[in-house]
Amino acid sequence: MNNRSLEHSWKRLMKNVRKDKYLLLLVSPVLLYYFIFHYVPMYGAIIAFMDFSPGQTILSSQWVGFRWFQEFFRSVFFRRLISNTVILSGLSLIFSFPVPIVFALMLNEMRRKTLKRVVQTVSYLPHFISLVVMVGILSNFLSPTDGIVNQILVRMGKEPIDFMGDSAWFRPLYIGSGIWQSFGWNSIIYMAALTSIDPHLYEAARIDGCSRLQEIRHITIPGLMPTAVMLLILALGNLMNVGFEKIILMYSPATYDVADVISSYVYRRGILGAQYSFGAAVGLFNSVINFALLISVNKISRHLTQIGLW
Amino acid sequence: MTDGRAVSRSKISIGDMALELFMILTAVITLYPFVYIISMSISEPGAVLAQEVWLLPRGFSLGSYNMVFENREIWTSYGNTIWYTLVGTTINVAFTLMGAYALSRKEFFARNGIMIYIAITMFFNGGLIPTFLLVNSLGMYNSRWAMVIPGAISAWNLIIARTYFQTSLPDSLPESARLDGATDIGIFLKIVLPLSAPIVAVLTIFYAVGHWNAWFNAMLYLSDSTLHPLQLFLRKILLMNSPDFLQGMEDAFERVAYAIQLKYASIVVAALPIICIYPFVQKYFVKGVMLGAIKE
Repeated sequence: MNNRSLEHSWKRLMKNVRKDKYLLLLVSPVLLYYFIFHYVPMYGAIIAFMDFSPGQTILSSQWVGFRWFQEFFRSVFFRRLISNTVILSGLSLIFSFPVPIVFALMLNEMRRKTLKRVVQTVSYLPHFISLVVMVGILSNFLSPTDGIVNQILVRMGKEPIDFMGDSAWFRPLYIGSGIWQSFGWNSIIYMAALTSIDPHLYEAARIDGCSRLQEIRHITIPGLMPTAVMLLILALGNLMNVGFEKIILMYSPATYDVADVISSYVYRRGILGAQYSFGAAVGLFNSVINFALLISVNKISRHLTQIGLW
Repeated sequence: MTDGRAVSRSKISIGDMALELFMILTAVITLYPFVYIISMSISEPGAVLAQEVWLLPRGFSLGSYNMVFENREIWTSYGNTIWYTLVGTTINVAFTLMGAYALSRKEFFARNGIMIYIAITMFFNGGLIPTFLLVNSLGMYNSRWAMVIPGAISAWNLIIARTYFQTSLPDSLPESARLDGATDIGIFLKIVLPLSAPIVAVLTIFYAVGHWNAWFNAMLYLSDSTLHPLQLFLRKILLMNSPDFLQGMEDAFERVAYAIQLKYASIVVAALPIICIYPFVQKYFVKGVMLGAIKE
């Protein structure tokens, strides 16, 4: 019986494959790509439990259990890395998340359409500047010797500040430059949500004598909520997931105490230091936490607002 | 898109003017760094040293650009970036369109399974180190392919393209063509592609900007500096104060001025292609984001 049903489903599969063989052919690069560059590395993450060194293969490496994880938890950097990661992305979230919403609301209230379009176009522009150029602009504008910011400070009779080499300035600079680069671009999705609000709602409100502020409060903002909540879930789920590219460009040993996060540490120890197993263990620890975080945030949000990613 | 709000309340109040003023100010602040960079790069070196430039150029000199263009390294890296952008974007767009079209067909039996297979990778990945080891073991270390193959398909762009096919191609189109005896590949090439100009534009621009601005994979995989892309070269000039650019310059005064201007000139040279095409392709970017926002 079992055998026969197996045979039956095999036959059905083959029939489907024959029916859709050209579609399968079209999608085959996608299948292959995701297998090689996403699923094979997931398997490769088992070196986190091994003593893998260059020149060895995964099969010939020794199992060491949780040794690298323990080493990481006991290391002097552990607390610093966790707190730097959470603080940096938490602050980014608090300061960066509302800006595109407010910007979209303000754009939406602009009466002159040409002016609105000009402002919009300008606001997207920084998004297309590469991170290298972005951080290059920062470090040149803030250079203690010839940067424009320090020129102004000196003219005001103040001492020049080495912004990029000062731990106290790292977080404001990281977050501020991030806002400059993304507020316009991130507002697009809210502008899209605004266009889907039914205009009749505004008409009805006006007949009832609503002021503009009341319209914003009772129609526009509720219209943005589903989008905002979705993006908030994603952002909270990524709280432990701070990208290392901008950090690696921005930090220096002088600012490691606030700038070094889990991913930049993985890069330094794992790639530059060639401690592959240790690096993979720290990375795996990080992605497990991310995943757990995303699942719980999604669950909480479904419970509270009925909005979720899945 | 109707804008129902603006219709009846047409009087511009003081509040409106304050809002406009604030938005203009925001735009000016956003734009300021760009203007300053251009001004610094084309001003007279003396004016730069005397710190006279703060908005518009003082004097006019293309000396820094001469130096940038005389440098062989920048040409090599420019050429490399063009190669990575052209080859990479071609691969990206071709594979993404093919996959997205197949996955947009409702009668495709493996459609949901493959969508889950892809979605899993958006939430879970092996991490930096296993990926690094894999790419090396595939023989891509110090190979141009390391810049184009490991990021061949973006799940996000695939979903955008699939949404486009689902929302703008009528289901009956491939069905009737299939009845007429056309294969799915024939339908894709002869019927679907000619109707897909907008999504091809969106994908091309998204991927091309990504390649143009990419630097991290180059730092990971390319130790041979003749393969380096522009962004890695820029990093050297902008952030690592590489002095070899100014070799052979006798005058100490000029040397200092050019050291500053050179940085601004290289930023302009690297960002100019994007800034120049930006006004023309801007609407496609927005379109792409809008497509991404459509939920099923």
